[in-house]
Amino acid sequence: MGCFLTNSSLGRKLVMSISGCFLVLFLLFHMAMNVVALIGDGSAYNVICGFLGANWYALVGTAVLALGVLVHFVYAFILTWQNRKARGNVRYAVTVTEKGVDWSSKNMLLLGVIVILGLLLHLTHFWSKMMLVELMGQHANNLGLAPTDGAALIQYTFSQWYNVVLYLVWFAALWLHLNHGVWSMFQTVGWANDTWLPRLKCIAKLVSGLIFLGFAVVAVVFYIKSLCPCC
Amino acid sequence: MNFTLKIWRQRDAHSKGEFKEYKVTDISSDTSFLEMLDILNNDLVHKGEEPVAFDHDCREGICGMCSLHIDGHAHGPSQAVTTCQIYMRQFKDGATITVEPWRSAAFPVIRDLVVNRGAYDEILQAGGFVSVRTNSVPDGNAIPIPQADAEESMDAAACVGCGACAATCKNGSAMLFVAARVSSLAKLPQGRVEGARRAKSMVAKMDELGFGNCTNTGACQAECPKGISIAHIARLNREFLAAKLED
Ligand code: HEM
Ligand code: SF4
Ligand code: FES
Repeated sequence: MGCFLTNSSLGRKLVMSISGCFLVLFLLFHMAMNVVALIGDGSAYNVICGFLGANWYALVGTAVLALGVLVHFVYAFILTWQNRKARGNVRYAVTVTEKGVDWSSKNMLLLGVIVILGLLLHLTHFWSKMMLVELMGQHANNLGLAPTDGAALIQYTFSQWYNVVLYLVWFAALWLHLNHGVWSMFQTVGWANDTWLPRLKCIAKLVSGLIFLGFAVVAVVFYIKSLCPCC
Repeated sequence: MNFTLKIWRQRDAHSKGEFKEYKVTDISSDTSFLEMLDILNNDLVHKGEEPVAFDHDCREGICGMCSLHIDGHAHGPSQAVTTCQIYMRQFKDGATITVEPWRSAAFPVIRDLVVNRGAYDEILQAGGFVSVRTNSVPDGNAIPIPQADAEESMDAAACVGCGACAATCKNGSAMLFVAARVSSLAKLPQGRVEGARRAKSMVAKMDELGFGNCTNTGACQAECPKGISIAHIARLNREFLAAKLED
């Protein structure tokens, strides 16, 4: 294969950066959409769920998204495998964390694997009970809910404490991954200099923090609501 | 001062190495780290043992020949200095100090603490130069260069090619070195001419020699004895991607 996107280290990093950026943009959209579930009785949220049912555009979107995750995932393993080989077989007896180096920057694959596991869990909780049900031509999932009743599904999922804990761990891994990932993706495409590096790191903290809080607040609020039926 | 040294000993590239412990005593606090190793070697030679092999040349922080991974840090515990600029007063009296060679697949150990850093020379040969024909171009000193550009170029040119960046990087990536070389020439009119070709051939050589993919951890700039910034890596990325887009 004669393309620099596969056989040059900087080309492979470019793929990592673009696919990562695409996933970040998707997450911002998804997070904004979720927050709507906090408004009113959930009917606003269900309108969005209706839009994003088994329509052609939602299906295309899902396929592109799956492709993005796959590319990012496969490249992550290729890159990490090559990097381990470049490091050599003999390791240092004494290692330190160098000044100014984030833990997450050295553990992107580990964090990514946690993110993928969380994603699989999430797909069984939601996607398989919504879009998949529609695709199979059924009008209710195994919980007896309409496939477009996202609000009720959120309510059901986050009334179980262990789901809330699992999702929070997932969001935290994502938060750490993006703490590094968001500025790293700019550096990779070359959009950084000594002035902008500190700014980009700050932007990365804000974006990853926003994504974390936006997702976490929905899970936590719905759990609290399940505890007191009056609120 | 007295120290216990745990030093990596290895006969040659093919044999298996191991740590050996040595004691050095009555070391003055003003002794440099390399002088302390000289004292140890003097003792070893007197006892009929093999001295510890280590790289060094200028011993004034400018040649980039010294290496050594001391207590987990490339070039020892101080920031922005080479190993030859480390002094024993920076260690606690009675401390045990672990000394290892650079560890990177592209820098094989030749003997004890000496590694082969020829890979960096090969990358330089691939494009870290400007081509100048005599009598055909104006004298370099006659070309006006904005001061800010000259400063940035000189900051990058401070790289001494020591290899600490690849040795420190968890990915065994040589990006800081290549970036410093590409950046120092990219900011000068003399270097611009071959800019695209340079970025492509140096990156290709770096990949071919088995260095890893940079993930922007920033460990290299923390350990670089010349304080080269990873902002230069961003410039290398720009130079390379722009060159590729033109292909
Ligand atoms: C929603 C999910 C994800 C998002 C939004 C995301 C985002 C990002 C971003 C923005 C980068 C920086 C790209 C760059 O440095 O050029 C990155 C890098 C990386 N990601 Fe992900 N990622 C996600 C999932 C994953 C998964 C599932 C894995 C692996 C199993 C993974 C592994 C990595 C690795 C190894 C890197 C390279 C580290 C680096 O270059 O900085 N990521 N990711
Ligand atoms: S960039 Fe710094 S650490 Fe790397 S070779 Fe140059 S001087 Fe050494
Ligand atoms: S011996 Fe020359 S820089 Fe250390």
